[in-house]
Amino acid sequence: MADAKKTIEIEILRYRPDQDQEPVWQSYQVPFTDDMSVLQGLQYIKDHLDGTVSFRWSCRMAICGSCGMMINNKPMLSCKTFLREFYPAKIQIEAMRHLPIEKDLIVNIDDFIGKLESIKPYIIPKAARSLEQGEYLQTPAQRDKYEQFSSCINCLLCYAACPQYGLNPEFTGPGVLALLHRYNADSRDGASAERMAVVNADTGVWGCTLVGYCSEVCPKQVDPAAAVNRNKVNSTLDYFYRMLIPKGEASE
Amino acid sequence: MTTRKPYIRSMQGWWLKNTFYKKYMIREATSIFAAIYALILLEGLMALASGAAAWNDWLVSMRSPVAVIFHLLALAAAIYHTITWFAVSPKVAPNIIIGKQKVPAVAITALQYAIAAILYLTLLWVALSI
Repeated sequence: MADAKKTIEIEILRYRPDQDQEPVWQSYQVPFTDDMSVLQGLQYIKDHLDGTVSFRWSCRMAICGSCGMMINNKPMLSCKTFLREFYPAKIQIEAMRHLPIEKDLIVNIDDFIGKLESIKPYIIPKAARSLEQGEYLQTPAQRDKYEQFSSCINCLLCYAACPQYGLNPEFTGPGVLALLHRYNADSRDGASAERMAVVNADTGVWGCTLVGYCSEVCPKQVDPAAAVNRNKVNSTLDYFYRMLIPKGEASE
Repeated sequence: MTTRKPYIRSMQGWWLKNTFYKKYMIREATSIFAAIYALILLEGLMALASGAAAWNDWLVSMRSPVAVIFHLLALAAAIYHTITWFAVSPKVAPNIIIGKQKVPAVAITALQYAIAAILYLTLLWVALSI
């Protein structure tokens, strides 16, 4: 029986900018087996039923972060979600919420990429070491401080989960703030003062009201809500620290 | 020539679209009950300051069915808020490492319930021994 083909209804929110004024639902009947992911269901549609359906995908194994979408109104990776979980009910698939739809299930991620660049998501050493001096060493305990936050695959499910980002796209958002924390918490990095400007800004961590859905939908257990809210503590400390110890280009 | 025309979806009624968001909005709404309760308590304090008659009037007003129902609702709201706060507080706490192990979120939540239980029992003991 395991190989017997069943048929599931998949509804896709279509948006073709050249012909649609607004998105419309379109339904497809998709034969499937128990080992098929939602992504494979979409690939079946594109190959056999309707070649005009557009969606992003690459690795098929929850590491590239390309195939995020709203599956029955929940942000999920379509490669990591199986059709059998929904059968015999139908599935509704929509592009990730809170992001502009470019076409069908494809969203525009330019805003995210810009924010990601702004936090300098790479290690900026405290003091550069020459080749002779060797590598930048780190103990396992030091690594544990940021390791969880380094699992982010930039899939943007947390942005699709965050109503504060939907209401105000200026908000830096969960994913980028979690990655910011990943570098600030790294013992080899020396640029945290620079990144604190992003944390402290109106569009930084204080835009978060701890809805917590970002951590719920994260496919890599990064827990962005934790990164954001720990940085509210850091931001407060940073504020008082700068008040107590004024620095800068004072009147010399 | 470009046919790009990015479509931005409306956020209207966003919090009704998902159970997680509804629970969040209820959590936020509990603050209304806390604020009204604080005002009632403040009124009681002012009554106490202005003499025995005012204080007794306030005590009588607290026994009205409306006041009792409000206090039950406010208690329910406070308990709901407490449960949700204890559940999310590990996200605000720094990474606590004891020995070589990270203290799990569930331990931080459990510790808060334990502290709350001790405080309530102490308060009850004080109230009963007066």
